[in-house]
Amino acid sequence: MMKTLSQFNIVPKSYEGQKAFWGVIFVLPWLLGFIFFFLIPLLTSLRFSLSTIQASSEGMQITFIGFKNYIEALTVNTNFNRTLVESIMNMVVNIPLIVIFSLFLAVLLNQKFFGRTFARGIFFLPVILASGVILNLESTSLVQAINEQNATSGGVMSGFGAFELERIMLQSGVNETIVSYLTGAVDRIYQIVSQSGVQILIFLAGIQTIAPQLYEAAKMEGATGYEAFWKITFPLVSPLILVNMIYTIIDSFSRSPITELIMTTGFSNSNFGLSSAMAWLYFLAIMIILLVSTYLVSRKVFYQE
Amino acid sequence: MSIARLLSFENWKRWLWSIVRFVLIAGLSFVILYPILQKIATAIKHKNDLYSPIVVWIPETFTLENFKIAISIMDYWNTLLNTFLLSGVTTILTTASCALAGYAFARLSFKGSKLLFAGVILTILVPPTTILIPIYMNLKDFTLMGIIPLLTGESVNLLNSYWPFILTAITANSLKAGLYIFIFRQFFRGIPKVMEEAAYIDGAGVGTTFLRIMLPNALPAMITVMLFSFVWQWNDSFYTTTYLTSSNVMATQLSSLPYNLSIQLEGGVTTNKDPFYMSMVQDTGILLAILPLIIIYLFVQRYFVESIERSGIVG
Repeated sequence: MMKTLSQFNIVPKSYEGQKAFWGVIFVLPWLLGFIFFFLIPLLTSLRFSLSTIQASSEGMQITFIGFKNYIEALTVNTNFNRTLVESIMNMVVNIPLIVIFSLFLAVLLNQKFFGRTFARGIFFLPVILASGVILNLESTSLVQAINEQNATSGGVMSGFGAFELERIMLQSGVNETIVSYLTGAVDRIYQIVSQSGVQILIFLAGIQTIAPQLYEAAKMEGATGYEAFWKITFPLVSPLILVNMIYTIIDSFSRSPITELIMTTGFSNSNFGLSSAMAWLYFLAIMIILLVSTYLVSRKVFYQE
Repeated sequence: MSIARLLSFENWKRWLWSIVRFVLIAGLSFVILYPILQKIATAIKHKNDLYSPIVVWIPETFTLENFKIAISIMDYWNTLLNTFLLSGVTTILTTASCALAGYAFARLSFKGSKLLFAGVILTILVPPTTILIPIYMNLKDFTLMGIIPLLTGESVNLLNSYWPFILTAITANSLKAGLYIFIFRQFFRGIPKVMEEAAYIDGAGVGTTFLRIMLPNALPAMITVMLFSFVWQWNDSFYTTTYLTSSNVMATQLSSLPYNLSIQLEGGVTTNKDPFYMSMVQDTGILLAILPLIIIYLFVQRYFVESIERSGIVG
């Protein structure tokens, strides 16, 4: 192929020119897909969201109606507001928990102890298990629900423990919202663990790239493990906190109940206009969260350069 | 004396930490494994054991009946083969196309390549729900810019076939493909430029350099991407349930399992539709669906951990 191309003098002679030429060729498949399966659908969806769509025997009739769909989604539709706020609140609550939890576990799994490979194997299992259809079905499993109920009623200790902890913390003057946040985190531990597989992987990989000399030097100077974590590990993995935060936000797309609402509005009720408007509102809400959180976190991030 | 005491204090602290760490890791491992263990326990139970108050984990009458029912309802072996084919084909195509694009974005810069890479980031950020409906309509009357109607006279309905998956995989726009391109780009950026230049001086063109030098070096990134892509395609219900309505793949079979089960139970001899029993068979079905993944995971788990560490996401 190279030979025929160069016979026709298409391939440039210079190294830079050749690289640019092949660059275009290598990107071409993606570019085609990007245009057909992303850009055009994205623009179509934007157009749908601004119009009413009526399917008739001659095809689709698309009439421009301005922002009516958006107004309907926000004011008329009974579910949209609530679901959007709920799923975004859920996301905002879970992000810090997942990021902190996965950083903690990555530090833990990086230490040397008996059975480390085994433990790592278990902790990455959620990458496989906690995605897509399995997660959806799991929430409807009756046997599991019954067993869980048995577990809480049989073992009084589990409920009692969280309660006791709550009381102690409240008495020692910790803010009430923080206490309920933390105890809520304990209750949702499975949800959090199952969503942090990839994040643990990324943090673990980041920790392993830190030069061991840094820790050695710190130890010689008398730093404790605690100090070493805050002064060395934490700053050096802080760019990954940003990465993981963004990943967690993106990962929550598929779990979000809003997805289901958008799909039912679109496919079951065949109200494509309203459904697209909802999808765009969802997208905008997520973009705002992404921008705000990136802005807040990136100021604290430490870069080598 | 004081040094010895200090040492023992340090020793104590280390021991204490080891115990705390062990408890933490064991506890959290249990949290992760608990649903799987429970599913296994449920799957081998007999129907009667479900109501027996003395049976919690180990069943009184061990039976494989649940497996038999779930296998027959899900058309398991056929489904398994289909899912394997679908996931395998998309994995290979996605990895290939994403590697090409990632390499181009990392090293073969041309006019506007930065802008296009911003496009890649955009594909990561836009929720798939936003673009699903237009894609769905597009695939229902697939025209490829009006070329297909010119040839055959009418548009093609690509829904309910594997074509949507293959087409998006070839063009690096399948499920989470933006992330894979990003991983490849980061990885290729980490390989020293000198290697390419040496290859060029030795007479290799860009294509040869990529195939013979860069790709073999990018094995960790490739393993990472292949694993993610395979597993996520296997579990994906979002695209599969929209693109495929009647085909037998694991995701669609699992989501229609409760429905099919209730039909079978009503039509069968036993007419009691016990929700617990249905849930029991459903749990067995889930177990059957993730079993192949767990078996694969057992074998590749080691590479998984190693390869992400070197895959350059971190980098």
